Amino acid sequence: MSDSHYLSATGMRGGYGKADILDNCTLTVDKGQIAVIVGPNGAGKSTAMKAVFGMLHLRQGRVTLDGEDITALSPQDRVKKGMGFVPQVNNVFPSMSVEENLEMGAFIRENDIRTTMEQVFDLFPVLKDKRRQPAGELSGGQRQQVAVGRALMTQPRLLMLDEPTAGVSPIVMDELFDRIIEIARSGISILMVEQNARQALEIADIGYVLVQGANRYTDTGQALLADPEVRRTFLGG
Amino acid sequence: MSTNRQAASASIWRAPVLFAILAALFVLEGTVRNGMFSGSWNTSLAILNMGLISAITALGVNMQWGYAGLFNVGVVGFLALGGLAPVLISTQPVEGAWEAGGPRLLIALAAAVGTLALAAQVRKRLPKWRGLAVTAVLIGGFIIYRWLFDPAATAIEANNPARHGNIGGLGLPVLLSWAVGGVFAAAAAWAVGKVALGLRSDYLAIATLGIGEIIVAVLKNEDWLARGVKNVTTIPRPVPFEIQLQRNPEFLELANSWGMAASTASGIWVKLCYMLLFLVVLLSIILLAELALKSPWGRMMRAIRDNETAAEAMGKDVTARHLQVFILGSAVIGIAGAMMITLDGLMAPVGYNPLRYTFLIWVMVIVGGSGNNWGAVLGAVLIWFLWIKAEIWGPELIALLTSPMPDGNLKAHLLASAAHMRFIAMGLVLLLVLRFAPRGLVPEK
Amino acid sequence: MDILNAVVAILNFVVIPAAAYGAQLALGALGVTLIYGILRFSNFAHGDTMAFGTAVTILATWGLQALGISLGPLPTALLALPVGIAATAAMVLATDRTVYRFYRAQKAKPIILVMASVGVMFLMNGFTRLLIGVDEQRFADGARFIMDVRSFRELTGLKEGLAFKTTQGLTIVIAVIVVWALFWFLNRTKSGKAMRAYSDNEDLALLSGIDPEKVVRMTWIIAAALATIAGTLYGLDKAFKPFNYFQILLPIFAAAIVGGLGNPVGAIAGGFLVAFSEVAVTYPWLKIAGYLFPDWQPGGLLQLLGTEYKFAVSFVILIVVLLFRPTGLFRGKSV
Repeated sequence: MSDSHYLSATGMRGGYGKADILDNCTLTVDKGQIAVIVGPNGAGKSTAMKAVFGMLHLRQGRVTLDGEDITALSPQDRVKKGMGFVPQVNNVFPSMSVEENLEMGAFIRENDIRTTMEQVFDLFPVLKDKRRQPAGELSGGQRQQVAVGRALMTQPRLLMLDEPTAGVSPIVMDELFDRIIEIARSGISILMVEQNARQALEIADIGYVLVQGANRYTDTGQALLADPEVRRTFLGG
Repeated sequence: MSTNRQAASASIWRAPVLFAILAALFVLEGTVRNGMFSGSWNTSLAILNMGLISAITALGVNMQWGYAGLFNVGVVGFLALGGLAPVLISTQPVEGAWEAGGPRLLIALAAAVGTLALAAQVRKRLPKWRGLAVTAVLIGGFIIYRWLFDPAATAIEANNPARHGNIGGLGLPVLLSWAVGGVFAAAAAWAVGKVALGLRSDYLAIATLGIGEIIVAVLKNEDWLARGVKNVTTIPRPVPFEIQLQRNPEFLELANSWGMAASTASGIWVKLCYMLLFLVVLLSIILLAELALKSPWGRMMRAIRDNETAAEAMGKDVTARHLQVFILGSAVIGIAGAMMITLDGLMAPVGYNPLRYTFLIWVMVIVGGSGNNWGAVLGAVLIWFLWIKAEIWGPELIALLTSPMPDGNLKAHLLASAAHMRFIAMGLVLLLVLRFAPRGLVPEK
Repeated sequence: MDILNAVVAILNFVVIPAAAYGAQLALGALGVTLIYGILRFSNFAHGDTMAFGTAVTILATWGLQALGISLGPLPTALLALPVGIAATAAMVLATDRTVYRFYRAQKAKPIILVMASVGVMFLMNGFTRLLIGVDEQRFADGARFIMDVRSFRELTGLKEGLAFKTTQGLTIVIAVIVVWALFWFLNRTKSGKAMRAYSDNEDLALLSGIDPEKVVRMTWIIAAALATIAGTLYGLDKAFKPFNYFQILLPIFAAAIVGGLGNPVGAIAGGFLVAFSEVAVTYPWLKIAGYLFPDWQPGGLLQLLGTEYKFAVSFVILIVVLLFRPTGLFRGKSV
């Protein structure tokens, strides 16, 4: 089945033990689009993300990237195919400087990485000032910027973020969302899981509401925000 | 499922068969005389007796490792500390030693303990300047201790140094000293465990490595305590001397009826007496250990070992349980240490080599089956037998292997180094069992 | 008061020996701490790895001496070092391949790896005995002193002499070079940074495409080189006896833990802290007190502990650190 979407993960079924967490879950993202996965706790949001990235064994379903079947690839190989992943926690190298964190992000690249690093510094100017400082000493928001920057260093075509705003203040959150929009405008597709559903759907081109590992609602961010049923059940009125 | 049942049915017979093979080895050693076996019951029983002491040591280590997953790398120290008990409890008092410096020595040791206790209190109570205050207490205490201790130790060591020069014992029964040996080792274990438990698992291993070396160093260098490297040779015996038996007409008759020379028969008799004593201790410890394991305490111990995080989440004080089992296991090792000195009739600190007394015991526990008491016993006696026999079999094997080689330096070097093969063999056995049969010869039920 | 002579005596009996010993411990502790940082277990075989490397170096030294090759005033062992390092690296890579890799793949508890390292310790101990026996070996040649007591007295006219052995000077110089090279590697090269990244955050290192097996191999090779250099310097300075290399394990562990396991800077600081404490505590200060306070007549030697108890010093330092700051002075890996 040929697919016009840039990323297409269809009919995913799988979990950690015997019980499946994902139940016929489908996620697609187009080029330069921001896709947001929301849903109640334990809905399998992060699991779906891990499945897309190959950190979870799938019993059923397939994942294609730019038309190529990558279902059998390891996470490392998916990075080489153009996927970038920012884990929710432990997403920086704490004893290494900001600059070294970015270098490690580009570990698999053989060519010159200076332009990419300048682009990351343009995106997150504060990191340029703190380039020599160990990432572990930065504030939570700055650390998230390092984590996103590290993932951008491989020049991914698809950036996946697992709750990038967990534990940061609302101001930092808005700022991070602005940056994410900026990244998407440069042509990179975004797939992210968010707890702050309302704010995330505001910037989403497409939103997925997952419940118990299955797709419950799929629509544009604005449409989901406008849907009274979604508002009542998932956005707290 | 079916494979599980198969394994279960096989395991019913597994332990008895292995023990039967082990018994056969000792019978062969006692009866068959050829290149491999000595054909002497005296040799066979001597190996068995030391094997039984190793088995008790292995039981102690197994409590710590098998029940709680604690890695004790200072077994040699706890054995040595236990061995101090027969010297201090059961040897005869040394004339003039107490008068020379006994009370002052006790006061010095009390001052040392008092200093540590005070330092601990200061650390707990003081709101500010804790580090400084604790350091001051420790330095002051150390000076007072040395001021009290040095003259006392010198005086005791100057008392008839050729024969004694030590504080001497209390002249109490030697069997009592076995229990005291356990208490000594338990006290040391409490101190080490208090510090190192509750941290990463590696830290206990390193701390016990240190305490082991220090205890052995103390025994080697504190002449007032147990004459240091001059050794104490007057450990009383719980069994008759061979020479007494050889003078006893009734025994001579018995020897005659066995068809043995009196010298051979008396040796065997003495070793059988020891064997019975050791078996009584061994079986009592196993009985107590098995009862403890089946009690709620034992179930909790195993729950903690299998999933520390879950046990902690259920409100169990994991560190306190670990301390308990560490102390108990060390006490058992201490008892074994006292028994060993009694069997040897000699306290010789130079002999406490960690390769032999710590790591060989570990090979025994791992091979036997960690977590299983009978496994530890089987592993201990078997490995001890092989360790002793490897001294004889190793060179013969090398000689056989090198026999086609021309005489020369290489052959001579290989023949000479056969003794070192034992270490390589033991390392290999440990690694192979750990990898391919991690549950040992007799797995935990 | 005779401050000049006191200073010379302190230099001669405390500072120089402790600096050399500290450099040896630091190199040993660096190996332990690197292995801990990457493979996450305390390697009990490290002492015997040092002994093995030194034994091979000694054999190569004898070979060179038999060929009539020497380094003039420097010990021939320096020329033989690469042979020792290569053999030790091959040895530890072989043990990693046959022993540790299996447990790594299984994600076994660290204590199982510690136990496996005890088995490896037995093996290495046996191999060392096979190679060279259990006796003491002296293999230092070349000039014995950079500065000997007599020339120092003639030079300065002081009563107190000062000896600076070639091996001590060499130990310090080589340790500085090795540490500089190691830090350059860790901080400036891509491979070195990959090692630090892996030590910092294993999962993220995997996501970044760092090959864990390559990092592990590099770690073993570096640890083998450090162990061989530390062991050879220790053997040149004192004498080579396999059992001493088992005993040095305790001060090395103490140094690594004091500095914070997994932290290379801490390992170096820890090595010197342990060495200076050990020497200072076991040195009889009577002579120096005599220079400083000529009127004071103390009763004893002013020695805090007999040299036989030097291991107790490492142990006490270890205990104090575990009690007050289990992650070490320089914040190593978590408790």
